[in-house]
Amino acid sequence: MKTLIYDESFAGWLTAVFELYEFKWPQVTITPACRPEVTMFSEARIIITDEAKALRVWAGLKKRLSQQALEDLYRSFLSEYPGMEDRLLQYVQYVFRSPQNIESDYSHPSVQFVGNIAKKVGREKHRMEAFVRLQQLSTADAAASPGLHAASSSASLYYASISPDFNVLPLIRQHFEQRYADQQWIIYDLRRKYGIFYNLDRTDIITIDFNEGVDTGRHITTVTDPCEVFCQQLWQTYFDRVNIGARKNTKLHIQHMPRRYWKFLTEKQPR
Amino acid sequence: MWERIKEKLGILADAAKYDVSCASSGSKRKNENKGLGNASNGICHAYTEDGRCISLLKILLTNHCIYDCAYCVSRKSNDIERAAFTVTEIVDLTIAFYRRNYIEGLFLSSGIFTNPDYTMERLVLIAKKLRTEHNFHGYIHLKTIPGASDELIRQAGLYADRLSVNVEMPTEASLRLLAPDKSREQMLKPMRYLKSAIEQNLDEKRRFSKAPQFAPAGQSTQMVIGATPETDLVILHLASQFYQRLQLRRVYYSGYVPISPDQRLPAIGTPVPMVRENRLYQADWLLRNYGFTVDELLPPESPLLDMEVDPKLAWALRNMQVFPLDVNVADPVLLQRIPGIGLQSVKKIESARRFSRLTWDHLKKMGVSVNKVRYFLTTASPEYQRKDLQPQQIRQILLSQGHSKYKPNFSPQISLF
Ligand code: SF4
Repeated sequence: MKTLIYDESFAGWLTAVFELYEFKWPQVTITPACRPEVTMFSEARIIITDEAKALRVWAGLKKRLSQQALEDLYRSFLSEYPGMEDRLLQYVQYVFRSPQNIESDYSHPSVQFVGNIAKKVGREKHRMEAFVRLQQLSTADAAASPGLHAASSSASLYYASISPDFNVLPLIRQHFEQRYADQQWIIYDLRRKYGIFYNLDRTDIITIDFNEGVDTGRHITTVTDPCEVFCQQLWQTYFDRVNIGARKNTKLHIQHMPRRYWKFLTEKQPR
Repeated sequence: MWERIKEKLGILADAAKYDVSCASSGSKRKNENKGLGNASNGICHAYTEDGRCISLLKILLTNHCIYDCAYCVSRKSNDIERAAFTVTEIVDLTIAFYRRNYIEGLFLSSGIFTNPDYTMERLVLIAKKLRTEHNFHGYIHLKTIPGASDELIRQAGLYADRLSVNVEMPTEASLRLLAPDKSREQMLKPMRYLKSAIEQNLDEKRRFSKAPQFAPAGQSTQMVIGATPETDLVILHLASQFYQRLQLRRVYYSGYVPISPDQRLPAIGTPVPMVRENRLYQADWLLRNYGFTVDELLPPESPLLDMEVDPKLAWALRNMQVFPLDVNVADPVLLQRIPGIGLQSVKKIESARRFSRLTWDHLKKMGVSVNKVRYFLTTASPEYQRKDLQPQQIRQILLSQGHSKYKPNFSPQISLF
């Protein structure tokens, strides 16, 4: 029994897959460096991530799976679900040993696993695309001409904190690039302590050193920009007034907007 | 000045909220020239406390109105606070909300002031400014004002993703009774105009890919239900005509919220017919996506939808001779008629049965509710073989299981079956 310890990156996991085929290890478990699970009877081996090896495995998968199945595999990886490394390995082994494409064999446990987990990750991606609330950090031209239009300047920087159940930043990046192409923005994952920053030209991965205690709330700093404050109040007013009291249905409301997301939602802040 | 904007937003959002449509899907507008936004996703950014999707800034330009439709809060004779936004205010508000990822776009409607064309002109101007001055590619839904000229409707189609004309009442008689200023013809005329303009545009786009878009998300309509005595059969027949003859993308059903002491209407305090509204959406969904016809869902002897069970289950219980189907061989068109099996499950079943003979266990793992489908299906495993139960007994069993899917969630945005 061998335990392969990898660096938690997708390329690292693919490298591990490559090596176990290369060295023909029969019994293997892949475990992340942050929480390695090495038992007394197994032999640990540290995997050095190698782009070339990763790409070769990926190319092999590409020949045998549809674009959708590849995407689902990647999404399942981003779930960070404990033990997913081995479940995905079983999936990949099933792919490589079958003569035909097995991605729709829902009677196989590893295909079911990928299908179910990818669906959950997809749901979280969708939620983040919906629930990110960008805040304008500074209003460049507010002093010059105060008014509603200053609350929507494309010249300033917009910021949002998130804390998703899964590591979905890599999945939502394109959506926000396409949508907010003419404004600069940062979306920051407080749980995983990294963010993506779009500077009108390209998107970079960034980390920010927050002061102690900030990472529990939704604000990077207390918002003082008057236009931003006003705009948030307008949104709260809107949210309150579109409600139809005669149709109140709290259960359904919470089903769609689970409580754990509320702290980041402008409309769910105390008035 | 900012306080007044907040007040106006409150009044004009409040007045617009009874229009239930909030869909922002069906368009494929891309972000061009590094502008702002795109319209293709149909995201719900928030949900109201009554569980409805908030996708668009849904607002009236003004709630001043020269008409007096009995079912409407903005009617002339109603003593309410009135307000009006300027064109620029709505444009700025839309941009400010959009940049913060609050919304997918704008759904703009208005009370009628001065005359229909004057009102419509301003709605068109707002859409035009957003597109041409702000390089905005988010979603725009404009309500066409009954009586507005074809030319203005044509212009609206150049800037909006979706246009809608609300028929308001399921029959002409009800419309005459409650909205004396309007006529059915006044509504059907722009709907027919839009149908041919949209078709013509699609045809042009097929031949010259550079042809401008015209209402790429098509047209929709809404009717108020429960304010007047029409049966579900009448309502769904009208809806299916809209789908077939006018190629409407969606018909919305708005359960009447009693807002008026008017003798012609249900009294204030009468509950909103939410279960019925939900059943109509379910039936509508079956008509559009599952190949059911109105007559199958509502045989002439029972022109009202069953309030206890959803229309698909109700149909199955009336047609037990069709069942049980064998999951390993049945035609997918029939499989999708089984209560508890949706289109996605049908796809999964079709793929998976090429690999192995499916059992209940396989179905469970695919996420199918076996407790529900076992009365209508057989699989390779014997354990749940149904006994000879009468439809009435199956109905009782399923109801007593209190499966959440049988308790309607009162939402127009359903994702059932
Ligand atoms: S025309 Fe429209 S806004 Fe005016 S009363 Fe009738 S439904 Fe209401």
